[in-house]
Amino acid sequence: MIGRSALFKRPTSLAGPPDKPTDRGLAFMIRPMPWLLALLALLFGSLLSAPATAQEPATTASGDPAAIVQKFGGKQSYDETEAVISELAGTGDPAVARPLRALRDGDLYWREGDQAVFIATRDGDEYDLLDPMTGETAGTAPRGEMEKVRVKNSIRNAVTLALGSLTLRSDNPAQRLRAAQTLFSEADPEMIAPLTEAIAAEEDPAVKTAMAEARASAILASDAPEAEKAEEARILAARGDREALAMLSRFADSAQTPEARSAALSAIAQVENNIAFWNQAQNVWYGLSLGSVLLLAAIGLAITFGVMGVINMAHGEMVMLGAYTTFVVQEFIRTNVPGLFEWSLAIALPLAFLVSGLVGLVMERGLIRFLYGRPLETLLATFGVSLILQQAVRTIFGPTNREVGNPDWMSGAFEVGLMQVTWNRLWIIVFAIIVFVALLAVLNKTSLGLQMRAVTQNRRMASAMGIRTPWVDAMTFALGSGIAGIAGVALSQIDNVSPNLGQGYIIDSFMVVVFGGVGNLWGTLVGAMTLGVVNKFLEPFAGAVLGKIVVLVLIILFIQKRPRGLFAQKGRFVDA
Amino acid sequence: MTSSLTWLRNLAAAATIGSTMATSAMAQTPSGEPIKVGILHSLSGTMAISETTLKDAMLMLIEEQNKKGGVLGRPLEAVVVDPASDWPLFAEKARELISQDEVAAVFGCWTSVSRKSVLPVFKELNSILFYPVQYEGEESERNVFYTGAAPNQQAIPAVDYLMDEGVERWVLEGTDYVYPRTTNKILEQYLKDKGVAAEDIIVNYTPFGFSDWQTEVAKIKEFGSTGKKTAVVSTINGDANVPFYKELANQGIEATDIPVVAFSVGEEELAGIDTGPLVGHLAAWNYFQSVDTPENEDFIAKWHEFTGNDERVTNDPMEAHYIGFNMWVKAVEKAGTTDADAVIDALPGIEQANLTGGTSVMLPNHHITKPVLIGEINDEGQFDVVSETDDLVPGDAWSDFLPESKKLKADWVELKCGNYDTEAGKCLGETAAAQ
Repeated sequence: MIGRSALFKRPTSLAGPPDKPTDRGLAFMIRPMPWLLALLALLFGSLLSAPATAQEPATTASGDPAAIVQKFGGKQSYDETEAVISELAGTGDPAVARPLRALRDGDLYWREGDQAVFIATRDGDEYDLLDPMTGETAGTAPRGEMEKVRVKNSIRNAVTLALGSLTLRSDNPAQRLRAAQTLFSEADPEMIAPLTEAIAAEEDPAVKTAMAEARASAILASDAPEAEKAEEARILAARGDREALAMLSRFADSAQTPEARSAALSAIAQVENNIAFWNQAQNVWYGLSLGSVLLLAAIGLAITFGVMGVINMAHGEMVMLGAYTTFVVQEFIRTNVPGLFEWSLAIALPLAFLVSGLVGLVMERGLIRFLYGRPLETLLATFGVSLILQQAVRTIFGPTNREVGNPDWMSGAFEVGLMQVTWNRLWIIVFAIIVFVALLAVLNKTSLGLQMRAVTQNRRMASAMGIRTPWVDAMTFALGSGIAGIAGVALSQIDNVSPNLGQGYIIDSFMVVVFGGVGNLWGTLVGAMTLGVVNKFLEPFAGAVLGKIVVLVLIILFIQKRPRGLFAQKGRFVDA
Repeated sequence: MTSSLTWLRNLAAAATIGSTMATSAMAQTPSGEPIKVGILHSLSGTMAISETTLKDAMLMLIEEQNKKGGVLGRPLEAVVVDPASDWPLFAEKARELISQDEVAAVFGCWTSVSRKSVLPVFKELNSILFYPVQYEGEESERNVFYTGAAPNQQAIPAVDYLMDEGVERWVLEGTDYVYPRTTNKILEQYLKDKGVAAEDIIVNYTPFGFSDWQTEVAKIKEFGSTGKKTAVVSTINGDANVPFYKELANQGIEATDIPVVAFSVGEEELAGIDTGPLVGHLAAWNYFQSVDTPENEDFIAKWHEFTGNDERVTNDPMEAHYIGFNMWVKAVEKAGTTDADAVIDALPGIEQANLTGGTSVMLPNHHITKPVLIGEINDEGQFDVVSETDDLVPGDAWSDFLPESKKLKADWVELKCGNYDTEAGKCLGETAAAQ
């Protein structure tokens, strides 16, 4: 967000100090004097083109990539830009990949004085310039002087396509793989010959497979004999994804001979089976992922509501406070120790636990302890607290969303078969399980856990045994709130960090705890995962809106049948 | 010696400044009983995220106008109320503004349901509402002036642009409420009229504040993998957008594969996201902060000065308030009174320079003319304009692409009717509007 003003090319101040004319000020003052402008441009041009020409190779004949790249300079329409791209691609010189890639990434600029083209990266108020062909440094330029070569999606696609044919023989296997993938979706019969050559020279097995698939798609789109196409259909069937399916169905529709058609149809059946299998796998994965989010949101509530029986409507706000703690930690790290950014979440975790836990402690001591045994009053009072917390955060941090960044290890995805597994979801599942296990250990292995269970099971007896029950109540509530804060750190990675964050989870959390069985952590785990998976299996058929309604209705029916949830607590203390 | 000299010089300087200020103030300071202007935007609750900015923008505009000498020589006074994102409370607060505070006009509302909730109040008490947000159309009321975009000023040109870019398959993805549903109904009909087959369109809705987008995004990816160029037209509302875009980025869907064009995502919404992975996704609005005109530069500078924060962004509904407020000022000056009937009659035909270099006009149907800009998200959280309509597009209250509203016409100057049936040749009036 540095320097919004870069967007405004017009100078903001008309009167710069007269003895120190900035370039922007100068350009403005001479606007009414075109002849001066021309003279100046000439001067600038000759001054600036001197180093540029020194770097260029001696040949400047047409077809020289370095000369063509310079055509990106000056204001031009998108069509003109596209024409230059195809001209560059036409040279067949792998060296044009550098300027083309820069163009796609929006790093290609031209200088206002002489329309010379550079790869520029911003450095404060200046641009560091690189020669577009060689990548050598070419000095710096003030921000006002450089204009971006305008790109839009169709330009980026044109570049990707041009790069695809150029980088098929690149030294970098990742680039070759990308090229093969581009060519696969493009299915251009003209690429069959270059692909065949590339396959023969290829050593990396993964890239080779991708190239063979690209060749197969190109052959299916060509006028090749049907027997050959049927042969290639097998390669596509082995690939087994939706794109392959679309190509195979087109082949099946156009096939003339019965052999070709049956080959196509059997390939289609194979692909469809494959897709159906992975669809189910994906639903399960999405379900577990949603379940882990529900688990995280609900697990704190399983303590405060499940164990203590407090209907805490401000539970969602504890989650929100955790998310805002993450934001504050990240802001601090960004401005003071940027090197620690990858660790920001780990640093935020204990802090979020402390912040939310402390707020929980204050709530319990200041409000809830007066209301034990009066659920309605507790509900209203905690609802009031939730509104107060929301508005407090809104006043401090503003009503808009705050940006919480994903560290690198939480961004992106990898593929398992046809399934996309995103890193942030994977880590959240892992994290939810760790939190669950840790909480279980606290409840079962520590003396605090023992006291907590003792107090919830039989308060008077526990008190008689010398346990300070009010202190245990306060600690239990603080623990539940602190866990909610930890959940907030995780949820900040996938959701809005706004004052409304908590509201979205409060209903779901109660649903999970009630469904799983009040007072039982395992019930919360099973409840969360069940609801997640059921929701995700319903969503593709029923849609998101109806899916949610169906789940709610199912829960209501279930509670009618088993009022104590999945894992009901048994024993004589239940009704105490 | 030197010190006393400087002191003397300072005093002289202060005196000159003082006197110039006094003279300019003499000519400018509005006097008399202040004219009250109501601001009806949620400052708490779910919609505070969007509406708080508009309250600030209105306060700035009113302050600017007072510096310029107020209206009719009288100062303006802002009356701010907080309807707290609670639709019935909107109606109560509107009533309070009009009957207790006796405001001359109200600027406010964001969601369509809040507008629908205050409508009866404005009709009953005969006051004026300026509504600054893009909406689903199918409405024209005597007491309301719509300075946001109607569907033909946002949705249709955006779809036209994508068609030019070669898109053949369409996902209409929206939040489940009236604006997305109506807009998608119009778009679906429009696409079918343009020859898009029914199997190339899917319409999908998600609840408010939806955050688990995995299945939806996978569905979009699947729909787009048939080899035909696919695009998503998103009417997803505010809060659900951030997780939606995050999921798109995580699943590796780039704008070059499946572009998303959004109608509710502006600079303000992008402030909460790292826009790096979103570069190239689109939005259609009538204004972008990045538009390079002197008026806009001036407006942004004033906004930064007013808020004391150089990073506060400007957005489309703010520009709508800018246009609406200035139109109201001109209409009051023209009518010579703040009386609602006189101002309502004076407003159609009023012209006001917008911030993108054109001149918007208030039309007899109480909508305005606006340019339509298509912008691609860049890595600074701003939009690069990639397409712009040649002329300003007049807002159309009743869509031409819905059979039941095609024949309707709104004209408060000649016909004095918001839903004139051109086939039957009569005004449908209240009864039809209520249905």
